[in-house]
Amino acid sequence: MNHGFQLLPEQASSIASRVDALYFFLLGIAGFFTLLIFFAIVFLVVYYRRSAIRDRTISYNGRSWILETTWIAIPLAITMAIFAWGADLYFDLRTMPPGAIDIQVVGKQWMWKIQHPQGRSEIDQLHVPLGQPVRLHMVSEDVIHSFYIPAFRVKMDVLPDRYSSLWFEATKPGTYNLFCAEYCGTGHADMSGSVVVMQPAEYAAWLAGGESQPPVMAGEELFTRFRCNTCHFQGGQPRCPSLANLFGQPVRLSDGRTVTADEVYLRESVLNPAAKVVAGFQPVMPTYQGQLSEEQIFQLIQYIKSLSIMPAATNETAPVVSPGQSTSVDAVPAQGAPANSSKSND
Amino acid sequence: MIDQLAESRNYLNDDYRFRSWLLTTDHKRIAIMYMISITLFFFVGGAAAVLFRLELMTPKGDLVLAETYNKLFTLHGVIMVWFFLIPSIPTVLGNFLLPLMIGARDLAFPKLNLLSWYIFMLGGAVTVWSIVAGGADTGWTFYTPYSSTYANTNVILMAVGVFISGFSSILTGLNFIVTTHTMRAPGMTWFRLPLFVWAHYATSVIFVLATPVLAITLFLIVLERGFGIGIFDPKLGGDPLLFQHLFWFYSHPAVYIMVLPSMGVVSEIIPCFARNRIFGYKFIAFSSLAIAVIGFLVWGHHMFVSGQSMYASMVFSFMSMLVAVPSAVKVFNWTATLYKGSISLETPMLYSLGFIGLFTLGGLTGLFLAALAVDVHVTDTYFVVAHFHYIMVGGAVMGYLGGLHFWWPKMTGRIYPEWWGRLSAGIIFFGFNLTFFPQFVLGYLGMPRRVHQYVDDFQVLNVMSSAGASILGVGYLLPLAYLIWSLRYGKRADPNPWHAKGLEWQTPSPPPKLNFTQTPIVTEEAYNYPPAPAPKKQAMS
Repeated sequence: MNHGFQLLPEQASSIASRVDALYFFLLGIAGFFTLLIFFAIVFLVVYYRRSAIRDRTISYNGRSWILETTWIAIPLAITMAIFAWGADLYFDLRTMPPGAIDIQVVGKQWMWKIQHPQGRSEIDQLHVPLGQPVRLHMVSEDVIHSFYIPAFRVKMDVLPDRYSSLWFEATKPGTYNLFCAEYCGTGHADMSGSVVVMQPAEYAAWLAGGESQPPVMAGEELFTRFRCNTCHFQGGQPRCPSLANLFGQPVRLSDGRTVTADEVYLRESVLNPAAKVVAGFQPVMPTYQGQLSEEQIFQLIQYIKSLSIMPAATNETAPVVSPGQSTSVDAVPAQGAPANSSKSND
Repeated sequence: MIDQLAESRNYLNDDYRFRSWLLTTDHKRIAIMYMISITLFFFVGGAAAVLFRLELMTPKGDLVLAETYNKLFTLHGVIMVWFFLIPSIPTVLGNFLLPLMIGARDLAFPKLNLLSWYIFMLGGAVTVWSIVAGGADTGWTFYTPYSSTYANTNVILMAVGVFISGFSSILTGLNFIVTTHTMRAPGMTWFRLPLFVWAHYATSVIFVLATPVLAITLFLIVLERGFGIGIFDPKLGGDPLLFQHLFWFYSHPAVYIMVLPSMGVVSEIIPCFARNRIFGYKFIAFSSLAIAVIGFLVWGHHMFVSGQSMYASMVFSFMSMLVAVPSAVKVFNWTATLYKGSISLETPMLYSLGFIGLFTLGGLTGLFLAALAVDVHVTDTYFVVAHFHYIMVGGAVMGYLGGLHFWWPKMTGRIYPEWWGRLSAGIIFFGFNLTFFPQFVLGYLGMPRRVHQYVDDFQVLNVMSSAGASILGVGYLLPLAYLIWSLRYGKRADPNPWHAKGLEWQTPSPPPKLNFTQTPIVTEEAYNYPPAPAPKKQAMS
């Protein structure tokens, strides 16, 4: 990290060199036009200085439109190329890759609370394995924050009451800066930390070093503690829709719309159940607003996800990472919820 | 000022009583009152910048507390944007020159013009009160839900101050639009208008259409903080992102409010000192309008990482790329105006050429921010800070100072010391680049904006930036000193010291109270500088 003076941040993710390539292209364009204008002005000012004797008769003969058209067309072509390049790369940045490790991030004034799928938690630090796509699943408890890792060239705002996500694949072991990029109050500058990229084996060992409960198990406990299970059980109660195999599936609502049962939908249904009522059911569920922390909502959602037999359909699995397993993520779909696999097969 | 009996009656010596200023409806006097007001605000905002650039000399937060730092950058942004940059050229130079340039006696609504100054001062007073009472710490952007629910500072008061001042902008815009439509002298057709007038027309359209949205947005902030109506509060079903849409719907066009008038100023100065007709008059005129129109459709480029839909971001990126084109057209046309000119480099010309250079860099770095994937990395970093200072300070302030020097003899009847003018233009250009260029590098390295402490790696560039800021500060103090000096000791100006075209130069300096002794009749195109086959006698080189 201590490289002293530098002009570029380290390239430590699969996307970093691609962003830098566009950056260098833009630098080339900007440099070319800045120098073009600079030297044109200097030349013209010197050559046509008032004391110089020059031919100053101008005759464009009405052909100046050729010049005007040229300098409209060339910038237009260049900016369109930049647009296409930037949009293409942005699409990749915003499209979550299949089989990513799902890590939960809660931002609050002024810290980052992070929990790994196996249960280990950390604050203002993020440990990730080398060479595996990681998806951060983020929400804020208070104001808007922004999760920013310059070495990975990724940044995403973290919003209250709304999930956002970010993915990256680290390509270089090391420790990198983590910043909050959206001004969030007095301690904004303190809301920084580091990202530690480890070899997969080290990461697995590091995960085992914690003693927290996996979020799926915590979610199951919450499900019981808040009595969710009295209504929502597989095919059981007629009052409530079943949660089995729900995640990632289309849901028909009583107002005729169809939505996908993703994290955003599940979260809303816990906090504001009347907003989207499943077709054929009455809005009888009470709200859990104010009773659950963001972490607990995450855990409940993880548990509901684990009730699906085929999580691979939406690639939302959270695989256990072990050495040498990094390429066969899709082959072990239900591994993320070992404690619950028997239930989900009911 | 009354040391010479020969001096004729003009708008300055017409009446010396204090109330003759405070109750004036003369657009020229109102312009002078605006000039004094915004100069005061400029140095208040500048003082805050001095403090936080000092803090940023070291990585640790050792000079001011985080709370203080956050209030300082908020003060700097609010004061500089709403009480200096937005009013600067329109209310000072625009107010003074628009009627003169079109051959009118005053603006269409002189009383409304005076009212707009009082509203501006009331807004300014409330804002200064909010600062004296402890300040606000939301940043000039007032992002929710921080501003609406979490901040414990004087947000309401400051928002009310800005809210009030917005009405002054609306009235000024309205006045300019009506004046341009109805008050043009005989023969002053639309395509004979100086480009300064076109630029102010485009600016006024933005004033009138965008400022109400700012007023609504700030009003909602006040309602949200005061009464918890919940429009931006997710816990009550509101959406904090809605605020960003509303805010940037005003605040992106506001950037064009700041830079379009500067473009107008430069379009006057360059033909004069190149003794050449402006190249591509219609292209420059229509590019102002294109910027004003497209500028309304690009606000979402501030929100590429906010959680806005990916496809919406792509549309906003596309529109932002389009708005770059008319800006480029202007730069090329100004440069082409130099071709076969007879060029001299007096102070206004130095500022104008400096404007082109800094605006070009600011515009080109705007492409980095409009390019989606690069923006993801650099948004909310010092790259953005550097970019908008190149546009708003490198562009707008250079244009303002250039215009102030160009029309100073007209406004005051005095000539400022030319060598001090050139020196300060050079110092400002150098100091500006030293301050803000390193910030592009800092931003790409990943230094977030709005932090009072940072990791050690960023120190070298921050020290460079602070050093540049000190030079820039000297550069700004110099004109303050010698321009004031010139009021008493400067040489008297004749009606047209630059041998410029344009109606404002055909009346005495300073102009009489009613601008022209008889209504001028326009018979030629703007910038009809005579061809210069041989070197001129008044050559300065």
